Amino acid sequence: MISFDRVSKRYAEGHDALREVSLDIARDELVFLTGHSGAGKSTLLRMIMLMERPTRGQVVIDGQNLGAVGPRGIPRHRRNIGVVFQNHRLLYDRNVFDNVALPLVIAGHDHREVGRRVRAALDKVGLLERERAMPVTLSGGEQQRVGIARAVVGKPRILLADEPTGNLDPALSAEIMQLFEEFNQVGVTVLIASHDLGLISRLRHRIITLRQGRLVSGSAA
Amino acid sequence: MSFRLLGVRAAQGVRREGASHSRTGLRDRYHAWLQHHRLSAADSMHRVLDNPVSSAMTWLVIGIALALPSGLNVALDNVSQLSASWDSPAQISLFLHDEVSDERALALQAELSARADVSLSRFVSREEALEEFRSLSGFADVLSSLQDNPLPHLVVVAPAADAQQAVVAALRAELEAYPDVAQAVLDMEWLQRLDTMMLLGRRLVWAVAGLLILGVLLILGNTIRLAIESRREEIVIVKLVGGSNAFVRRPFLYTGLWYGVGGGLFAALLVAASLWFLQGSVADLARLYHSEFRLRGLGVMGGLNLIILGGLLGLAGAWLAVSRHLAAIQPR
Ligand SMILES: Nc1ncnc2c1ncn2[C@@H]1O[C@H](COP(=O)(O)OP(=O)(O)OP(=O)(O)O)[C@@H](O)[C@H]1O
Ligand SMILES: [Mg+2]
Repeated sequence: MISFDRVSKRYAEGHDALREVSLDIARDELVFLTGHSGAGKSTLLRMIMLMERPTRGQVVIDGQNLGAVGPRGIPRHRRNIGVVFQNHRLLYDRNVFDNVALPLVIAGHDHREVGRRVRAALDKVGLLERERAMPVTLSGGEQQRVGIARAVVGKPRILLADEPTGNLDPALSAEIMQLFEEFNQVGVTVLIASHDLGLISRLRHRIITLRQGRLVSGSAA
Repeated sequence: MSFRLLGVRAAQGVRREGASHSRTGLRDRYHAWLQHHRLSAADSMHRVLDNPVSSAMTWLVIGIALALPSGLNVALDNVSQLSASWDSPAQISLFLHDEVSDERALALQAELSARADVSLSRFVSREEALEEFRSLSGFADVLSSLQDNPLPHLVVVAPAADAQQAVVAALRAELEAYPDVAQAVLDMEWLQRLDTMMLLGRRLVWAVAGLLILGVLLILGNTIRLAIESRREEIVIVKLVGGSNAFVRRPFLYTGLWYGVGGGLFAALLVAASLWFLQGSVADLARLYHSEFRLRGLGVMGGLNLIILGGLLGLAGAWLAVSRHLAAIQPR
């Protein structure tokens, strides 16, 4: 589902964020991506959603070589991928419902369909009764769950998460990870960047480790 | 405020769960697209109205910029209406052939007086002309040393009072064809001068309009740029979750449209107000000259045209801003 073939990324300043990374992630997998700060985890995720292009090598997502996706193809590509950000990236002048509905409105769904799916997603993350709340009135964990609901509401094939438990307490982190496992069980490919090694090693999924832009373990299942 | 850019609110309005069908066919997408247009339009309108003071300033600036050339144009229209309907001050001087006798000349004058398209004709014999010339020109000595009177008989014809310029010109040509007439001269140089000035005026209006329209585009572009800037984070998020450029662009284009339409409306009101302000004194003046002349305004069509022009400029300005600044906002 996700395949990197000797991908290197050099940022404009000449810094090598990724060096010759090759990996394959199958459709039904949940994979953790770990490494020290600056190892290139975020860069790898950003490449999958075309926020960044490789300097060398190629990325293939769901059979689609991303090198062949032009600027006009980017929105359509991103609609197939759900993303959870560490800092949530919610729209703070809209309520919870509106935030979660965003991908569906963009994809052009009928409004009845939007209402139904948004409530299903909010129900899944346990925030159904908060749909009218504004994000600032929610705790960090709740905001993160709004972000997750937004990521999955469009039924993407791939779910990416960059430090989804970054500043949550252990119990909450475990809860969020469990949500991701549930999505994975219904067939979503999940890739989570995290340096909470204690948490992820307990969960018994494949762990890919980056060190200074090089992949040091976990390249294949 | 009940609508937002993304138009998600309205989706909340309908709560019939389970009653929906989950496929997104072409029809559904078309409806969703239409709905997004509606909601973008409504949301942009709300945003414009949410800041009444700054929006009114924008409208006023655009309004003034559009009102200036269109007001000038209305003024020129009135002048040309006035000059076309002028109680024709033109007169046609008919210089007769040397061999035409006084009797023939008088008969001609009588014949011309009888014409419907001639209001007045006057015979000036060559002797009278010489006398007049002598007393007016100061060449008395030179003239008295001449043995022959060099001047021809003259019949002065005033065309009918309501005759248009073209009609007068045709009359002149017709009179020149009379066998007794050597030459027919139309004295309307001042009218031609007016026409030339009007032409100049029209060109000036176009030049002013061009500059001001450029100004309007820049103002709108800048206003939209600020709107884009203030919603940068929102744009980034929309792009991250797969919003196309068209989707991101739409609300800003509507914002431009509303600013432009409002500006056009202001312009139409400004022109109408200044005409209304002038109407009274023009009517007084016209009465003094026993004229039926009334100021002609923009009319409904003119006003509509201004509003449409404003709307188009709004769209164009927004398009300029959007194409320059939206592409630069990429998720990081
Ligand atoms: N836009 C950029 N321009 C230049 N250098 C960048 C850019 N983004 C990241 N880098 C550099 O690339 C390297 C990898 O960054 P990346 O964000 O992928 O690390 P990370 O593994 O996600 O780290 P963290 O755990 O701190 O989030 C870092 O050294 C970073 O300084
Ligand atoms: Mg990172």
